[in-house]
Amino acid sequence: MRSYFKPSVFVLSTIPFFLITYKIFFNKLGPEPVKEITHFTGEWTLIFICLTLSMSPLKRFTNFIFWVKIRRMLGLFVFFYATLHLLTYVVIDYRFDWQQITDDVIKKKYIFIGFAAWVLLIPLVLTSSQKMIIVLKHNWKKLHKLIYVIAIFGSLHYIWLSKTIFFKPMLYFVIITVLLILRINFRGIFNK
Amino acid sequence: MKRFKYSEVTPEKIYNNRRSFIKNLGLAAGSMLVGSNLFTSADATTNKDELKLTDYRYVTTYNNYYEFGTGKSDPVERSQKFNTKPWDIVIDGEVENPITLSMEEITEMFPSEERIYKLRCVEGWSMVIPWQGFPLNKILKKVLPTSKAKFVKFISVLDPEQMIGQRFPILDWPYKEGLRIDEAMHDLTILVTGLYGKKLPNQNGSPLRLMVPWKYGFKSSKAIVNIKLVEKMPTSSWMKASPNEYGFYSNVNPRVDHPRWSQATERVIGGGIISPRIPTIMFNGYGDEVASLYTGMDLKKYF
Repeated sequence: MRSYFKPSVFVLSTIPFFLITYKIFFNKLGPEPVKEITHFTGEWTLIFICLTLSMSPLKRFTNFIFWVKIRRMLGLFVFFYATLHLLTYVVIDYRFDWQQITDDVIKKKYIFIGFAAWVLLIPLVLTSSQKMIIVLKHNWKKLHKLIYVIAIFGSLHYIWLSKTIFFKPMLYFVIITVLLILRINFRGIFNK
Repeated sequence: MKRFKYSEVTPEKIYNNRRSFIKNLGLAAGSMLVGSNLFTSADATTNKDELKLTDYRYVTTYNNYYEFGTGKSDPVERSQKFNTKPWDIVIDGEVENPITLSMEEITEMFPSEERIYKLRCVEGWSMVIPWQGFPLNKILKKVLPTSKAKFVKFISVLDPEQMIGQRFPILDWPYKEGLRIDEAMHDLTILVTGLYGKKLPNQNGSPLRLMVPWKYGFKSSKAIVNIKLVEKMPTSSWMKASPNEYGFYSNVNPRVDHPRWSQATERVIGGGIISPRIPTIMFNGYGDEVASLYTGMDLKKYF
């Protein structure tokens, strides 16, 4: 029974990818298709960030170990959807117009922070293997705390690109904040 | 003549024979649609998309109308039961003859004409829409503005019972906008009562909205109930929400970026996944008609 769990999560995680592919090929993207792909892949990146961050609290509350077993895979899906998001922007939207793109990355804070979040994902992907956990020892845990920074950057990216924080940008901000607060060791603080 | 009748050039004609559309445009309207720049600058592929009327279904399903929610499809989904009858519009302030007109009186007094305008949203997309309406100056001349009337303030309806978005502090409700008196008196500035030959749909600002084609879309207030002539520059809802991002003028200007995103290019709605961004044109292409309103003004400062 348990052995089906991980493959099922994998299959479920690919559904957004197949959904957007279907929408592209069957012309179901609506009035602004490029924006639709950008928003779709961006939002799924945020959803996977939230899912990844939910795993250790879930383990704590339910006492089931399998939550942490799928955490790495969910984290890799964050990178997968973030990369699709970035590629949509570079290839479909701006068509390798590097001057405009560099201009945006440097001058526009929401692009800068979004790009920074994607760059910060790279070391996490490169060190995601079992072998790297052994090689890096206790540094591995420290390094992978970067996901907290990435989550905050992702949320700010969404807030800054929107004309108003109402309602979805606020929703993701609240969810991510709660998930990060759950990690603070209050007992440790109060016992000091 | 800055008139261009939608009935003279049907969408079918446009799709089937773009060449004659461009010719007609040139003859019938000169620079009316998007200015002379359009016909001389950029490459032909860019112009094609720009000249196409945006599909009726996109015009009426892809809207920014935060009174009904912040999603693009919220307005069409949530405004169908919006009751616009009876509807009175008060025109007052610095005028000699303040009046209150019902929508019926307005449609009777001011026969509507057809104007095809390009709408450029501050978010970086554009549509080309055949509107029905009449110049705002016709109504303003009726009330005789006094010498103190330097600006015009537009106040939209406040009705949180019917407009779910107004139950949240998204913006300073009711929606407020403003124009300088010369902008308001300009012949291109129209009050809109319909589009595509039909009564104005609720999600597009029924029963009466403004359309100022050389400014970003949010300047064109929807569901107006009060037009007030004032001496001091009014503060719009967007200026109040974010003063360093939304200025009073908000003229379409590719050289002045929104602080958070670029305004150099835009996406044409309905262009599909393969259609490229097109360069945004100063004053949305209406520079020949309106640039003189801003002679000597630093448009970076007065954004």
